[in-house]
This record gives sequence, structure tokens and C-alpha cells, in this order.
Amino acid sequence: MTFSGWLTIVLFAVILTALAIPLGRYMAAVYAGERTILDPIFRVPERLLYKVMRVDPQREQDWKAYAKSVIIFSVAGFLLLYLILRTQTLWDFTGLNPQHFHSGTWNVSFNTATSFITNTNWQYYGGETTLSYFSQMVGLTVQNFLSAGVGIVVAVALIRGIVGRSGKSLGNFWFDIVRTVLWVLVPISFVVAIVLVWQGSIDNFSHYLVAHTLTGGSQQIAQGPVASQEAIKLLGTNGGGFFNTNSAHPFENPTGFSNFVEMLTVLIIPAALVFMYGRVVGNRRQGYAIYGTMMLMFLGAVVVAYIAEAHGSPAQHAAGLHTAVIHGSTGGNLEGKEQRFGIAGSALFDVVTTVTSCGAVNSAIESFTGIGGAVPMANLSASEVIFGGVGTGLYSILLYVLLAVFIGGLMVGRTPEYLGKKIEGREIKLVALGLLITPLSALFATALATASPAGRASISSNAAGGPQGFSESFYAYLSQANNNGSAFAGYTGYIQPKAGNLGAHGITFADLLGGFTMLFARYAPILFALAVAGSLAGKKISPPGLGTMRTDNGTFVVLLIGVVVLVGALTFFPALLLGPVVQGLTPHLYT
Amino acid sequence: MRREILTSAIAIVVLTVLLGVIFPLVVTGISQVAFPGNANGQKVYVHGRLVGSKIIGQNFAGNPRYFQSRPSATVPPNNAAATTFSNLGPNSVITKKAIAANIAAYLKLNRPYDPGLTVAKVPVDAADTSASGIDPQISVANADIQTHRVAKVRGLSLSRVDGLISKYTSVRGLDFSGEPGVNVLELNLALDRIGSGR
Repeated sequence: MTFSGWLTIVLFAVILTALAIPLGRYMAAVYAGERTILDPIFRVPERLLYKVMRVDPQREQDWKAYAKSVIIFSVAGFLLLYLILRTQTLWDFTGLNPQHFHSGTWNVSFNTATSFITNTNWQYYGGETTLSYFSQMVGLTVQNFLSAGVGIVVAVALIRGIVGRSGKSLGNFWFDIVRTVLWVLVPISFVVAIVLVWQGSIDNFSHYLVAHTLTGGSQQIAQGPVASQEAIKLLGTNGGGFFNTNSAHPFENPTGFSNFVEMLTVLIIPAALVFMYGRVVGNRRQGYAIYGTMMLMFLGAVVVAYIAEAHGSPAQHAAGLHTAVIHGSTGGNLEGKEQRFGIAGSALFDVVTTVTSCGAVNSAIESFTGIGGAVPMANLSASEVIFGGVGTGLYSILLYVLLAVFIGGLMVGRTPEYLGKKIEGREIKLVALGLLITPLSALFATALATASPAGRASISSNAAGGPQGFSESFYAYLSQANNNGSAFAGYTGYIQPKAGNLGAHGITFADLLGGFTMLFARYAPILFALAVAGSLAGKKISPPGLGTMRTDNGTFVVLLIGVVVLVGALTFFPALLLGPVVQGLTPHLYT
Repeated sequence: MRREILTSAIAIVVLTVLLGVIFPLVVTGISQVAFPGNANGQKVYVHGRLVGSKIIGQNFAGNPRYFQSRPSATVPPNNAAATTFSNLGPNSVITKKAIAANIAAYLKLNRPYDPGLTVAKVPVDAADTSASGIDPQISVANADIQTHRVAKVRGLSLSRVDGLISKYTSVRGLDFSGEPGVNVLELNLALDRIGSGR
């Protein structure tokens, strides 16, 4: 560990908070339809969009109507994306398939399409060997924007339910999605994309380069419209890399500085939404309490990951390597990590992308030490509430908040209330169902995948037979159930003998199980969150009395952390023991 | 219901044009104008021939005249058209063997020129595979060890090579973020320029 490593982590937390507060204020204005600084640019395209889509943005929707719009819009997105992936060669006339890659197989295309509409971005394929520029832009980039947008609008709708004084309206889905895209996602992505190119990311439509290396060999170098996709991949907590090695690739993440910018980009919206929440409910301390909860858990995870990775791995030590800091090298477990990010920049990136549903990686998580690898798993086990995905994080933690209020109410013997609204049987049932979906699907799918020969076919040969093989499988379904998308990347659902999809085939079991896990674990909680919103929207607000439990102080932060750890993390504890914890506690090497 | 389906269908098409065509084209256009070198991959030409990209590591095939890049898990090594991680686990015998093999190769190449070099002194970046498989950099410690070999083989003074290493060592972004590293391709190109008397 180094001083500059710790400094990076501290500065990251400070700068993130400093940027998120004003963005939260701005977003509150965006969803209230108030004037903002970007109105002169986007007012006209906004009105044009409503007109073409034939919607009335003022029409109020109750939770069922809102949910219907979410689902139908997502189905439309799925169909278009699946079609594009399956007909990749049809679009060659655009000139955006310079490497002449064939179209995807049905099973991998299904997995990829579900993956991108659910904001998971799980990838069994490697971008630079399978996808044309056309598919990357017109297919994947679009869903990077829209799946992020859907997550955010559900959170906005839930907030409207919580503060709504009467009636059943949660707002209008089309108004929310259009404003999210135009006022939030497009402008920030644009700035980030240009910063990335300035740092060295590429953005072009060229053929792959062929270089004649200094020692007389040749090197083919993939190209593409990288920066534009990279920016929204991070901002929307999507995480699907343009290239197979994702943000480790020098063209996606060229410098130590770009790495810092990318991490900020991932967390900025999830953090801002919390501050926005405090504003909208009219008590900013409510937002601070949730932010404090998230930040404490986040920093805890970063500290553990950094220490574990700086210590080095048993395999390194067995080979005789010294992993201490020496002059000119930071030491540590550099297997599957890039020199320019170092240990701190890799550990921090890993935590940033696994507490959110981003799932981008700048280092190989599978090669992390046992404990270092347990950190992302523990983050995922908390069901994406430590900041979480854009929108998903906020609506998930709000469900936890309601649960904490309920449990707190039981402990002190009062009717549980949140922001003046009584929390009753119906809400708690919906909350509990919403929160149990993710653990249920993750554990069920892992059990299916490890118990069946068809499932075990996906485990990489290097990991078979030890706890690593279990970790791979568990991580795969934990990640897909949380719509995260990061991977112990040895686990595979796609076999490709050579670049270009020709003669390639998917592993149907893994592709389908993963696809359905992602769909179920995405849309079921959305429906429950919207139902809770609908249920709360109609309730009267009673003024706080002496017996009201406060939800904006330190005591509540402790209670909330307790509930998250108890419900979220402990559900997964036995599974965590079988994989990463075993590996972290033993210097033993497995064959 | 029918109306909702129609709206969704129109919306997905219109938003696809906006986000999947117009947005990427605008970003590409501005990048090509503002940062053409970067946007096209920082190509390096020698005598008019493309020899690589400044920020993509290449394979120097154990040639003792050149500084060597980090170990790579791609096939063949440093394949920039099919990047991959090694995905080797932390508690695996396979990982230990792979690391041991990288150490052995490193020692074999460098110990004849640096007799004091032992396993314990091998920097981790010289033994562990990179994430991208095309890491353009090595650590300063790694470069310092290789200096003995490269200087001797090329008949240069140690201080001359050290000077080049400093020149091609990146600093931390804004002084705190990331780690310093030495760009291997740029360093080797500079050495070749000395060799050819320019």
C-alpha cells in the first residue's frame, strides 16, 4: 500500500460528493419540469419527440399504467436489439462492419439482448472479435442509454409515490424517460466522451490496423467508435465493454487520470439521485442519512479490497515473488492488472463498479485474491444498494429503508411511519417480495448451474475441481441476478474457434439460464417498487409526533446498515464461504 | 394497449436514430477534428511504415536489444485484435506455474547482464500477466533491471539509457491518480533512433 494509493481513495470520495450535490439539485429541477440551464438546447427536440411519439407528457399515470409503459418499452428495445445482433451482416452496406463479422448465434444473441435491456451488460462474447461497429452503436449504445433511463425513471416514480399527497399519479413515463435522456444522460456522456478522447481513447470507423512490429512481427489492432460508447457505458452503470478486456484496454481507459474520471462517471448519478431525493422529499437530511449509509459501506469495501490486493496472492508467493512495495514498483497482486492503474486504481475501480450495477472492469476479478474477490461478491450480495445502479440503487435502498422503518417500529412498539406515511401490511409484503427476488434468483440459478453437468460445462478448465470453479459459477449468476455484468471471466457461454462468429456456438444452458435470471431479477423488483409507490401515493401525511422514529440521524444509519447486512449479505454467507472465503483463508494451492 | 405499443415502437426507432446514430457520429466528428491523433489510435510510423500504436503494448519476442513488455495472456502474445485476461485464480497451481515460468524467462534474459538479480528482486509486473494483454507500460523497477541488458547489448552507457527511461515514464494523473509506468514501445523506438545515428 502506498500513500498515493490511499490519497486516490480519499480524494475520490471527496470529489464525488462535491460533484453529486449540485447534480442532485439539477436533477430535481429536471423532473419537476422547472427551468434549467439546458432548456434552450433541449426544449425543441423534447417537444418534437413527444409529437412524433404521439404522447401527452402531462397525462398522469397510476402505477399500473406506468409499469405497463416500462415493460412495453423494454420489450420493444429487446426485439430491436435481438434483431440487430441476429442480422449483423445485413447492415454491411453501411460500411460499419469492416472486419466482416458474421451474425450472432440465437442463444448468445438472446443472452446479450436481455443483458443490455436489463442494464446488466453481461458479455459472453468479446466485442472486437464478434460485433460490427453497427451493432455496437445502433444496438448496444442505444440500450446503454435506455436501460439506464428506465432504471432512473422507476426511482423517480417511487419518490413521487412517497411524497405524493393525494391521488394515485406517479407522473408520466414518457416525460421522465425523454427528460432523463436529453437533460441528464446525453450531455454528461458527451463531455465524458470528449475527455476520454483527449486522454487517448479512440473514436473512428477504420479497418483494424496492421502494424509491423520492431522485431519483425505483425500486430493487428482493433479500432472503432469507442469513446462514445465508453462514456454511456459508465454513466449508465451499464458496463459492457467495447473490447473484451473492457476498461483494462488502453483504448477504453488510456491513463491513470482517465481511470479516475471513469470511476467518477460511474458513481455520479447514483450519488446525485440520493441528494435529489433529500431535496424532493423536502428534508435534505433524509438524503444525507442514506448517502452516509452508502458511503460508509463503500469505503469499508474499498479498504478491504485494497489491503487484500496489496498483500499479494498465495500463487505469487509460492512462485517466490516478493509482493512488497519496492522502489519503482507498488508490488501486490498485479496478475490481471494494468501498470498505469496500479493496485489502488484497480481495487477502487473494482469496488466502484460492483457496488453499482456497472460491472465494467479494469482488471481481472477472477485473478483477485480470495478476500479481494470476496469484496465484489459481498457488494453484489447486498443487492446493489451501496449506491447501486442508476435508479435501481435508489429504489432498492428505499425498499430497505421501509423495511428498516418497519423493523425499528416493531422494536420500539410503534406504528411504523416513513415521512409521515403509515407503513402497513400491504407495503411490507411488497417490499419483502421485492427484496427477496434477487437473492432467490441468484442462489437458485447457482444451484442449477453447479448441480447439472450442462451448467458445469461453462466452468473454465483452469478452475474446475476447486473452490475457484464454484466461485466462477456463483459469481456469474450473482452478477446476472443483480444486473451487474462483471464476471469471473473464465466462465463462458460462448465458444468461438476464431474471430468473426464463423463456426462459433453458444452454450445454451448458460445463455438461457443467465438471460431469464436477468429478466426476472430486473423486472420483478421494478414492478414491486412501482406497486409500493402506488400504494404509498394515496396515503395521507400525518405530522410527526413525539413517538415518530427519526429516519435522518446516525441511529437510523446504523439500523439501515444492520438491515442491509442481515437481509442482503447473510443470505449469501454460506455460498460466500464455499468459494472466495475458503480461498482467502488458505495458502493452499488447488489443481 | 395498442396505443402504448405503437408509442413504444415509434419511441425505440426515434431514440435509436438519436442515440445510436446521431450521438456517436457527433462524438466521432468532434474527436476527429479536435484530437485526430488520439481518435485514430496514436499511430507510430517509421520510414512511412506503421509500426504500432503508442498506447498498445507489443511483443518484443525476447530480443535482448529491446525492453520487453509485460507477460500477456492473449494468443499470440499482445494480440490487439482479441484481448483477454488470463483469468488465473489466486490459489491455483496453474497460476503458480505460469508465474514461475515468467520469472524463469525473465531471469534467463536478464541475469547474464545483472548477476545480482534474484527471484526476490523480480518486480511483480514482470511476472504477472497484464489485464488487457496489451499493457503498453512496465514499472520503473522493471525497466531499471532491463537497462543493464539493453545498454550492454547496444553498447550504450547506463546513464544514457536511464535518461531515456525517465523521458518515457508517465507521471501520475494530476499527481495522485494511477501509477507511473514506462512506455516500452516509445522507449525502444528512441533506442533504435540512437542506433541508426539520428
